Amino acid sequence: MGMTIVQKILAKAAGKAAVKVGDVVEPAVNLAMSHENGALVINQFMDIYKGTNLEAKVFDPDKIVIIFDHRVPAESSKTATNQKKIREFVRKQGIGKFHDIRGDTGGICHQILPEYGYVRPGCVVVGTDSHTTSHGALGAFSFGIGATEMASVWALGVALNIEVPATIRVEVNGSFPKFVSPKDLILYLIGKITAEGANFKVIEFHGETIRNMSTSGRLTLCNMSVEAGATSGIVPADQETQRYLREEAGVTDKLDMVASDPDASYSEVIEIDVSELTPQIACPHTVDNVKPIREVAGKKIDQIVIGSCTNGRLDDLEIAAGILRGKKISQDVRMLVFPASAKIMTQALKKGVITDLVSAGAVAMNPGCGCCLGVHEGALGDGEVALSTTNRNFKGRMGNPKSEVYLCSPAVAAASAIKGEITDPTKGGI
Amino acid sequence: MAKVALKLGDDISTDIIYPGRFMATVLPSETPQYAFADNAEFNAQLKKGEIASGSVIVAGDNFGCGSSREQAASCLKGYDLTIVARHFARIFLQNAINLGLNTIICPDIEASEGDELEITKESIKNKTTGKTFKVTPLPRARQAIIDAGGLIAYTRQRLLKKV
Repeated sequence: MGMTIVQKILAKAAGKAAVKVGDVVEPAVNLAMSHENGALVINQFMDIYKGTNLEAKVFDPDKIVIIFDHRVPAESSKTATNQKKIREFVRKQGIGKFHDIRGDTGGICHQILPEYGYVRPGCVVVGTDSHTTSHGALGAFSFGIGATEMASVWALGVALNIEVPATIRVEVNGSFPKFVSPKDLILYLIGKITAEGANFKVIEFHGETIRNMSTSGRLTLCNMSVEAGATSGIVPADQETQRYLREEAGVTDKLDMVASDPDASYSEVIEIDVSELTPQIACPHTVDNVKPIREVAGKKIDQIVIGSCTNGRLDDLEIAAGILRGKKISQDVRMLVFPASAKIMTQALKKGVITDLVSAGAVAMNPGCGCCLGVHEGALGDGEVALSTTNRNFKGRMGNPKSEVYLCSPAVAAASAIKGEITDPTKGGI
Repeated sequence: MAKVALKLGDDISTDIIYPGRFMATVLPSETPQYAFADNAEFNAQLKKGEIASGSVIVAGDNFGCGSSREQAASCLKGYDLTIVARHFARIFLQNAINLGLNTIICPDIEASEGDELEITKESIKNKTTGKTFKVTPLPRARQAIIDAGGLIAYTRQRLLKKV
């Protein structure tokens, strides 16, 4: 029996010739990422060493990444103090891959990892963030863990007791209609298999649509795989992966282009043709409450958000700018744009994308997670409704349990800004 | 015997268990005050000590879905609650095991608030309704962590053996 990509990655990382679903392995970790919750990881890490007479030292400072993104700049003195503690730890341990709050090298962790070439095909990546699934877009096995588990990884360099997951194969074919995008595809898939449909499993993406998709779109798919419960999403590394890593991330090393065997076994195969797909909307308060846009068009919106690790990349901003160029957003809606990284902000400034968006009335925010997780930079009032390109619409997610969040693509978000109501960009007039 | 203190539905996200706006609070000793913060009544009962240690939260499918925030497990551990769910989201379940929060997978569980449960390794008997439900063992890979008393202790043991 052949192996899937993830089986091959885990076998290699655990020093075994082969693994099968359900085997328990301890893979060596190539990259261990944390953000502000590094403060808790540090606390747990120091706790491990209590009473041992051992020096608390991370297994390999070159394999640890810390990126401030969830609360930048700090929204409270408590966060500022946590960030200060992390900076001191980074300095003491010699952690080089550290991205502070900066206009040149800062950004959202799930954008920085690919952008700086930290993630390579065939790697094992763990992160104290559920959207660590994103990095499967580059052919890595990448998954979210808790802070204590990360503390253990920092100490040992391996992820303990990992069960080899089963894999769902998703075959995607056809060309996207205009203004329909990878975001609509992943929302459609989550609606189809539900929020728990892939729990403890990996989603492996295949088909001509995926082969023709940019790394940016693949990141959107793998990012939201966790919303179907998946341990990770993964796209086999191919020519596009090589192009991205060489040309955009500046990687020069040899790449391990690991692929699934033709006779690998899958728990399920799902086929999707995107040529007839329409824009999809995830309605409150679960991500699998997905409806085609025609069922919710006309819904009045108070706040529109474009950004996040799901849809804050240059192509996302360009789509929005293309729709809003020379137009004005409704006086009844406020629109916030969060580029996913400083690099994207710079590119968007150079290309005039930011000018187009702010001229239409949008507010250009600093790169980071912004209001996605409900901490700062765009809370909702009681009874208000947000339409957002982010990845979660749970009750209270944007900071107020008495508000609602609808999730959509950048094209839908931009088109909806003009009238201040959910608008289908594929219907004329845009 | 354990009393059902709260009955919940499916897909209870970590945003419901521990809202994102309190995530700057990270220490397990400080997180319990924000457990179910947006459920004012239950949160107040917890803080006033009205929910007895060992009480049970019964939930449906996919409990703990969403964010990897460990506060969602540590805040419940602080009150020594037991979580019985039809099943759990992966990261939450692992966090719970790592911190020693008692989690029980019981795919057919039927219980209402106020019911008294008798919980063993194999089954849960609802003493109020008289029905018994089978417990699904936790993934076997997790047992070593549970036996060690949590992941910190387990990792410490591993480190010491290395030396």
